[in-house]
Amino acid sequence: MKLREIAELVEANFITGADQAEREVSRAFAADLLSDVLAMVQEEGVLLITGMTTPQVVRVAEVMNMGAVLFVRGKLPAAATVEYAMGTGIPLLATRRIMFETCGILYKAGLHAAQRKQMPLDHALPDATRS
Amino acid sequence: MELAKIVADLGWETLVGADLTRDVRDGYCSDLLSDVLAHAQAGDLWITHQRHLNVVAVGKLRDVAGIVFPRGLRPTPDVIARAAQERVNLFLSADPAFVVAGKLYRMLHP
Amino acid sequence: MPSRTPLVLRRIYPVAPRDLEQAGTVSTEVRRELLALGMSPDVVRRASVICFEGEMNIVLYSQGGRVILLVKEDRVELLFSDDGPGIADIELVSQPGYSTAPDWARELGFGAGLGINNMEQNSDLFEIRSRVGEGTVVRATILLGVPFF
Repeated sequence: MKLREIAELVEANFITGADQAEREVSRAFAADLLSDVLAMVQEEGVLLITGMTTPQVVRVAEVMNMGAVLFVRGKLPAAATVEYAMGTGIPLLATRRIMFETCGILYKAGLHAAQRKQMPLDHALPDATRS
Repeated sequence: MELAKIVADLGWETLVGADLTRDVRDGYCSDLLSDVLAHAQAGDLWITHQRHLNVVAVGKLRDVAGIVFPRGLRPTPDVIARAAQERVNLFLSADPAFVVAGKLYRMLHP
Repeated sequence: MPSRTPLVLRRIYPVAPRDLEQAGTVSTEVRRELLALGMSPDVVRRASVICFEGEMNIVLYSQGGRVILLVKEDRVELLFSDDGPGIADIELVSQPGYSTAPDWARELGFGAGLGINNMEQNSDLFEIRSRVGEGTVVRATILLGVPFF
């Protein structure tokens, strides 16, 4: 799904990267906890939907080569974080909608979730993904 | 919509079913307890990755219709026991949070 | 066990405790170094994830430390060493979901455990040594040319 379509669907604005509105994001992952993002996202080009606006969010998005970050609940990152994001080339979007609605609208519109592959130690985890 | 219908239709596992007759107002998806305390409404189904004991207290305080853990993230027995004691409904879904929210939204806002 | 293959690159990055403004920057630097060396996307991603978790642990829980990146012909090694307080029961803190994170760390999006499991998941070789009162050293190794999964 193109970032432009996503922005239209959830009434989001581009904080940075408006010139990349035609960029396609493959799948979405929604979380506030970066530990979850680091553990669960493996694909590149994923849309991160989060209510967390710390500088670490943009750094995680950068090292995981994500397609874009969509901030929910009307929260905006600090100016220094926005400036940093410009350097990385990762578009940042923001919507006033809550995370639940944002996920709901995008899921209904056909955006898929990022799925993690089985990992070598998964069988050893008491709380491993059950599927 | 009645909670029992949602749980059955979305195929969640019931960890604590204190009251499945509750009416679900809407959904709320967040991993930040302060945010949930400030913004979740009574009767919301709360989807979260957080699994420590405080989650039960926050859910109780906000009078949520239930707490849903995505991705098969099963809480520890002490969390389940506390929820049963506090009469807070707990559910488990194998789907990631994005999909849990997506499916629930589609049911509540067809 | 030290590897005898020649060193391609060595970088040492100091990490300050509780410095949330800078936390995560070592990981972005490591990623850039590995991309510049032409490493595969899989190796870059795994190293970045390991580095982010290890760096955050030093920032959030230690009295400061350093990340050392060693690139050899056959491997990428990441060493995380801190100056304390040390971990009494490594097995306990390695359990998924175990966390002593204070509320402020949780509210910042960290503290769903130490991420040790995730670091190990992304490594080919993984080792932790710790002494209470002295510090902790984590060595995560990615072997190049070894298929992952």
